[in-house]
Amino acid sequence: MTTLDVPTRGFTGDIDRPRGGALAALVRHSVALARRSLIKTLRTPEALIDVTVQPVIFLLLFTYLFGGAIGAGDRGAYLQFLLPGLLAQSLALGGIALGQNLNADIEKGVFDRFRSLPVARSAPLVGAVSADIVRYLTVCVFMLGFGTLMGFRVETGFVPTVAAVALSIGFGLCFCWISVWVGMLVRTPGAVQGVMFLLIFPLSFGSNVFVQTSTLPGWLQAFVSVNPITPLVSTIRGLLIGGPVAHNLTVTLAWMAGLLVVFVPLALRAYARRA
Amino acid sequence: MSDLVVRAEGLRKRFGKTQALDGVDLAMRRGTVLGVLGPNGAGKTTAVRVLATLLRPDEGRAEVAGIDVLKEPARVRRRIGLTGQYASVDEDLTGTQNLVLIGRLLDLTTRDAKKRAAELLEWFDLTEAAGRMAKTYSGGMRRRLDLAASLVGHPEVIFLDEPTTGLDPAKREDMWGVVRTQVTQGSSVLLTTQYLEEADALADEIVVINHGKVIAHDTPDGLKRRVGGLTLSVRPADPAKVPDTLRVLDAVAAPGTSASAETAAGARPGAVSVPVTSDLALDEAVPALRRAGVEVIDFGLHLPSLDEVFHALTEGTPAPAASTKENELV
Repeated sequence: MTTLDVPTRGFTGDIDRPRGGALAALVRHSVALARRSLIKTLRTPEALIDVTVQPVIFLLLFTYLFGGAIGAGDRGAYLQFLLPGLLAQSLALGGIALGQNLNADIEKGVFDRFRSLPVARSAPLVGAVSADIVRYLTVCVFMLGFGTLMGFRVETGFVPTVAAVALSIGFGLCFCWISVWVGMLVRTPGAVQGVMFLLIFPLSFGSNVFVQTSTLPGWLQAFVSVNPITPLVSTIRGLLIGGPVAHNLTVTLAWMAGLLVVFVPLALRAYARRA
Repeated sequence: MSDLVVRAEGLRKRFGKTQALDGVDLAMRRGTVLGVLGPNGAGKTTAVRVLATLLRPDEGRAEVAGIDVLKEPARVRRRIGLTGQYASVDEDLTGTQNLVLIGRLLDLTTRDAKKRAAELLEWFDLTEAAGRMAKTYSGGMRRRLDLAASLVGHPEVIFLDEPTTGLDPAKREDMWGVVRTQVTQGSSVLLTTQYLEEADALADEIVVINHGKVIAHDTPDGLKRRVGGLTLSVRPADPAKVPDTLRVLDAVAAPGTSASAETAAGARPGAVSVPVTSDLALDEAVPALRRAGVEVIDFGLHLPSLDEVFHALTEGTPAPAASTKENELV
């Protein structure tokens, strides 16, 4: 090792006062930590399989294998119906990796360092969640792009499509807090996946993603009608292939707010307790 | 203003059935190195985590850099650097990116953060590896990067939790050099270790922790004197000569100590041992034993091992020198 002099104290101004106040500091630190997550994502493109290849496989599988049977022979019409639903399912599944990554970070001790820095407790989580925007955008691009190749056609216009993508990303950002919370509670990344599958599969299959609700038995219709995935799917369908949107959009936004109100504090508390 | 830069009183922390900290008092003077020595599971890491604001104790209070760790953790975090037991660098980030991230989180501007990262990378001999992902680093390089990360903010107090565990001896001495440099630059360093040798090489004072309790706090020399810096061990051929041997060896004992017959299981049964200040004691002991007519079948002079330190501290006779030291802390 060289014997280079290490310069003295680098802080300027009041050491105890974060630059620009607490909120500005939270934003600044979250951006720095989101950047970290993005660098990691770009370094390991295989970690994007769940938001690229996997949704496409579902699309192919349901369109060509089940589509004929479910759609009474009209695969094209079924694809129009299916794609907005599968988009919603992929968003929910896309949040699992976040919980797994955070779980791994904590196990490795990376978060200990962050916690020993003068950074808002929530910044590491907010930063990681923010970086997930890229993953949800990727889901949208892959679903719509590949769907278009398969024959899917947007029947509304540019603005409703952008709105559908924006809503999708927004929902993904709210829903993933469940995964963050689970990631703080369980021991291993594998367990995060197990718990989240257990939650997401009933929500995505017990909804209007794959079939018309009217074909279901009454008790199942009751579940579908209170499932948050249902209004989300209805809204995205309305925005992409036409139909009324206002009511379902309101319900979806209410669900998103509800998810944040419940799971952000739960996740932050579990994070504070962990390690 | 107190010159104690770390001060903890009565720290207790329980994890389920394990009492990790059972009333720990610590004190570290500004500009010094405090070595916290103890076996695995003694509570060293828990103590460091409490001081570094990562963990709230069940009881007790602690101040770092004169600031209450429990009441104003954010202010403490601006003044400390922590290197945990396991290298907690981000493997998917390059060396530079790791350090720049820390700098940004410490509110350095991007330019300053990059400058600081480059300085530290050079200082730690990592300039060539600066653009490589940390996962490609060797164990020693990761450790260095990890240590560099804790120094980005020029911390007043540096916590190093077993910084050299798993390093080969040459790398270990490099690390010691880093610690010494930090102290000359005005930082205070609290480091935990399992190695007596390491604490001896670096620490101005040593705290020994076992089962969540401080069992000694002393200078390295003081500690060694207490556990017998050198021990002279003599085994008379005739067990009946043990009292004579004791009398002879008492005469060469280090000040404040006396010879004792080793009866404890695992020791040398039938032998008599005595702490001595130097090997000059041999010059006195050998003729004296001859004069006393003690026939010797085993005779040895040895340094205490860490095992012996713990043995002496946990089961040996209470040492007055240390208890006064401990009282000073309260």
